[in-house]
Amino acid sequence: MVQPARKLNGSRLVRFAWLPLCLVLAACHVDMYDQPRYQPNQVSTFFRDGRAMRPPVENTVAIGSFDPDSALLTGKVNGELASELPVELTAELLEHGRTRYDAYCAPCHGIAGDGNGVIAYRGPLQVPSLHQDRLRTVAIGYFFEVITNGVNRMYSYANRIPPEDRWAVAAYVRALQLSQYADVNDLSAEERQQLGVK
Amino acid sequence: MSAQIFPRNANAIVWVSILGLVLLVGGIVAALVGLYLSPWFTDVGVPKAQPVPFSHKHHVDQLMIDCRYCHATVERAAHAGFPSTDTCMSCHSQVWTNSPLLQPVRDSYRTGDPVVWRRIYDLPDFVYFNHSVHVAKGIGCASCHGRIDQQQLTAKAQPLFMGWCLGCHRNPEDNVRPRDEVFNMRFDPLTLPLEERVKLVESYQIPTDGRLTNCYTCHR
Repeated sequence: MVQPARKLNGSRLVRFAWLPLCLVLAACHVDMYDQPRYQPNQVSTFFRDGRAMRPPVENTVAIGSFDPDSALLTGKVNGELASELPVELTAELLEHGRTRYDAYCAPCHGIAGDGNGVIAYRGPLQVPSLHQDRLRTVAIGYFFEVITNGVNRMYSYANRIPPEDRWAVAAYVRALQLSQYADVNDLSAEERQQLGVK
Repeated sequence: MSAQIFPRNANAIVWVSILGLVLLVGGIVAALVGLYLSPWFTDVGVPKAQPVPFSHKHHVDQLMIDCRYCHATVERAAHAGFPSTDTCMSCHSQVWTNSPLLQPVRDSYRTGDPVVWRRIYDLPDFVYFNHSVHVAKGIGCASCHGRIDQQQLTAKAQPLFMGWCLGCHRNPEDNVRPRDEVFNMRFDPLTLPLEERVKLVESYQIPTDGRLTNCYTCHR
């Protein structure tokens, strides 16, 4: 005896109504937490040196980062160290320079620029004072040059301090130097009275 | 008179069983929630082994080195910037030059192979987070990273639940601080009166119209 084929009626369909839910739940997957793409500083098994962040090919120049005629980017004018700031000197620039100086320079050079920073204090380091005559009279482009390329035992800070910020630091170093050699005669009569000097 | 099918204490057994079942289910749920919130799952306060046992307490608290000395792109980019070996060596070519603890750093400097640090704060990949905007709007490092200046070994200070992100996005005035205190670990924004913090929210143009709690603010 042959069984008659069962009809696909409504109540049978309802019993399988949960099936489409499987499709939706299939998206609930931890793969979304770690998607197949690289994050900064991630380890890569694809590249031989294991770095996901690729160092640029040698001699690569980023757009806008190179102009041999720009004093702003090279610190030089006609091959000589720039003697003037290539940016406008404002109170904001000096304030910005102060935050950069305190973050990047003060550990060695000291908050006041006298070479007594905390690293110099802890280590066997002699850090030159920024208030010596040689540095007080040198062209301002020299500070840009030193931040960019380093000097003696000081490393380059070019990859941490962008060119505009380097000029802000240079300007602030000049302000620091001025602060240590301020002339009392530059003050107004009122200010001199406050200090108790004639 | 018919015989009793159930013993006298049947009612009591039923009630105790129901109570026991409720307590059991409740206990299991409570245990799971507790596990979910515990450091066993969230890693809060649990340092990971690193190639060099770097101490933020020594560098930040004792030497008072600014966060930006190493995390240089925190004001400019989404990623705070992990220090390259060159950054470590800009001091450690001069100080602690013979420390065996720093051997991996010196090896890395010599060979060019990076030091493989283990990430502490790992957001899910479907979350967009940008350091620079938080710093620019007066949210201090300590608001998310805790008193990292007191950590000998680096560990997570927050479980990074979405509700925690939203808490600050709903009430930014609870965490905002003056911009020049962002990198100051000792500063507590709650020492400022509420009116001043509300003023900061206004002057830093932190949106309070609900934009900060839109899904696409972080999930884009």
